[in-house]
Amino acid sequence: MNRVESKVFLSRAGRLLAAVSIAASALAFAQVATAQTLTIESWRNDDADVWNNQIIPAFNKKYPNIKVQFKADPPTEYNAALNARLAGGTAGDLITCRPFDASLDLFKKGHLVAVNDVKGIENFSDVARSAWSTDDGKTTFCMPMASVIHGFIYNKAVFDELKLTPPKTMAEFHAVLDKIKADGKYTPIAMGTADQWEAATMGFQNIGVNYWKGEEGRKALIEGKQKFTDPAYVEVFKELASWAPYMGDGYKSQKYPDTQNLFTLGRAAIYPAGSWDIPIFRKQADFEFDAFAPPVPDASGKCYISDHTDIALGINAKSKNIEAAKTFLSWIASSEFADIYANALPGFFPLSKEKVTVKDPVAAKFVGWRGTCESSIRNSYQILSRGTPNLENELWNVSAQVINGTMKPEEAAKKVEDGLASWYEPHKK
Amino acid sequence: MESAPARLRFPLHIAVFLAPALIVYSLFSIYPIVDTIRLSFYVGDQEGARHFAGLANFRTLLTDPAWSAQFWNALRNNLIFFAIHMVVQNGIGLGLAMLLSLPHLAGGSIYRTLIFLPTMLSVVIVGFIWQLILNPLWGIAPSLLKAVGLGSYFGPWLGQEATALIAISLISVWQFVGIPMMLIYAALINIPDDLLDAATVDGAGPFSVFWFVRLPLILPTLGVVSILTFVANFNAFDLIYAVKGALAGPNFSTDILGTFFYRTFFGYQLQVGSPTMGATVATAMLVVILIGVLIYLFGVQRRLQRHAF
Repeated sequence: MNRVESKVFLSRAGRLLAAVSIAASALAFAQVATAQTLTIESWRNDDADVWNNQIIPAFNKKYPNIKVQFKADPPTEYNAALNARLAGGTAGDLITCRPFDASLDLFKKGHLVAVNDVKGIENFSDVARSAWSTDDGKTTFCMPMASVIHGFIYNKAVFDELKLTPPKTMAEFHAVLDKIKADGKYTPIAMGTADQWEAATMGFQNIGVNYWKGEEGRKALIEGKQKFTDPAYVEVFKELASWAPYMGDGYKSQKYPDTQNLFTLGRAAIYPAGSWDIPIFRKQADFEFDAFAPPVPDASGKCYISDHTDIALGINAKSKNIEAAKTFLSWIASSEFADIYANALPGFFPLSKEKVTVKDPVAAKFVGWRGTCESSIRNSYQILSRGTPNLENELWNVSAQVINGTMKPEEAAKKVEDGLASWYEPHKK
Repeated sequence: MESAPARLRFPLHIAVFLAPALIVYSLFSIYPIVDTIRLSFYVGDQEGARHFAGLANFRTLLTDPAWSAQFWNALRNNLIFFAIHMVVQNGIGLGLAMLLSLPHLAGGSIYRTLIFLPTMLSVVIVGFIWQLILNPLWGIAPSLLKAVGLGSYFGPWLGQEATALIAISLISVWQFVGIPMMLIYAALINIPDDLLDAATVDGAGPFSVFWFVRLPLILPTLGVVSILTFVANFNAFDLIYAVKGALAGPNFSTDILGTFFYRTFFGYQLQVGSPTMGATVATAMLVVILIGVLIYLFGVQRRLQRHAF
């Protein structure tokens, strides 16, 4: 090859290379176009790793043609961001559903499709489906994924050191608290009121089910047969008010992450918990921790737990990949998913009827209470938070105030009842 | 006769020069405001359809106890928030500007930069830092106070109804004190030395010079600073949302119009957002700000005398 020839060759080779690369990229493009991509909208930004490393790969083993992306917003911004994206038509294909009205509202506005015909929905009980069904129970619009259970997590080392046993009744609970306080080394109860929701969720709803007898009381409230001014509810507020002296210095401006740190650093003995705290504690605490169920007011009765339907997955009505999304949902309903989810995120308990073994011992303990106590959900979630003032937000406010000592238990009960009676017919009488 | 047609010709170049600003401003500022006001006359139903309802939303906002109590509470908190900024932020800003304009101050530009620096930080970071400082469990504020024997004066200030709003206002003052300082400083160094020298020669002491010469000359700037503070404070939202969330606890003691609007428009937790009620709150905010600006324009601005040097 002389110089000229080699130049020609090179330029030919260059052209060929260019042609090949164009063809290759076109091919790649075609491949992308045939594979469907589903995007999941979620508020669980903590779970991104679990979705990307465990759940989605497991799904792709069975369905390699459906690509799945997990996109999460911070929990407090999720509703606002999702609503804006749904209205603007830019939301993802799969929508993580909050329980009850927030999702019901999306369904009524036509943002979610009914999932009654999706294979696997029969794996869920009516109670599990109730959080994502219309009021008449006929249409379900999200596939239930998991519930969270309330209880108390305690530092085993502290309990051993002070020779304490986990309390079963409220009297025992207070005896334990007094002993920890008398010892003086540890904060008896790790909780703060700055974020307000902890006081209601970890306090009021956690211990409350034992006072209003779970579903019985919850339904009576909805029917208007019970009022928040009834003794059962006032008692819960009174109990909450009695926690203040056992909480940390400056608990009034202690936020949720402060509370978690206080416990995982071993400076507090008892942590009023949601089971979703377990994975975080597993990572951060270097001592052994265990859990006890919410203590009962008197030992003779039954026990109840707040086993709250929390998270589900629905389909964006404007999605271009509805069939693929349905495939994904029916996989969500399978025991395979339940098993991965329950063990990747101990503390989120699958709602399906399939048997799942939870390997984390503390999570297993929480879910074990389903066998000994009766399950109920938070009483402000179904129907009662539809009006203004919003019952859930009111409960946050008064629960925090009762613990802060700026409101008496009776006043708190009256404020919540008055708020509810101002818009909810069954409570107007 | 020949010049008449030329005079009548439309001054096209003015339209051309005005167009970009006019178009952008109308599209992104005026249109959204008008549309918000329009939306506030509608109510939405469960299916998301909207119906014209006249002034019903405003009646709800001002007469329904569930709404009006929150609205007046937010407005009152907003006024307190503004008052603290006016007194503390602008007062300190004025003082710092006076100090900086001292003729023989060493390292003046360093102070200027340092004091101005927080204004450039993100509000979220400022909120986070101050929460850490004031944190009763791990913050340095309690241990610092203890170190000087004032430990018993420490309280969970961000968590008490009586102190939370003041604490947050002061955090905001800390962040933004650089802005009035810079504006007033610029006005102060603009005052010709002749005037100050003349006053001194006439026998005025430093206090009289400030009170009778400098202050009158920077009054227009103080007016601008006040109105900027007013508009910024009544639009405020981010710091309170970052520190206390949209429920502006405890017991709405830090709730201002901005957080009230956010809660109404976007909803919060189980509360589903209502765009139409949100637009009503936004319109009410607009009215409040308009009233404030008008009072300033007619009550203050027109009486100010500008001095040409």
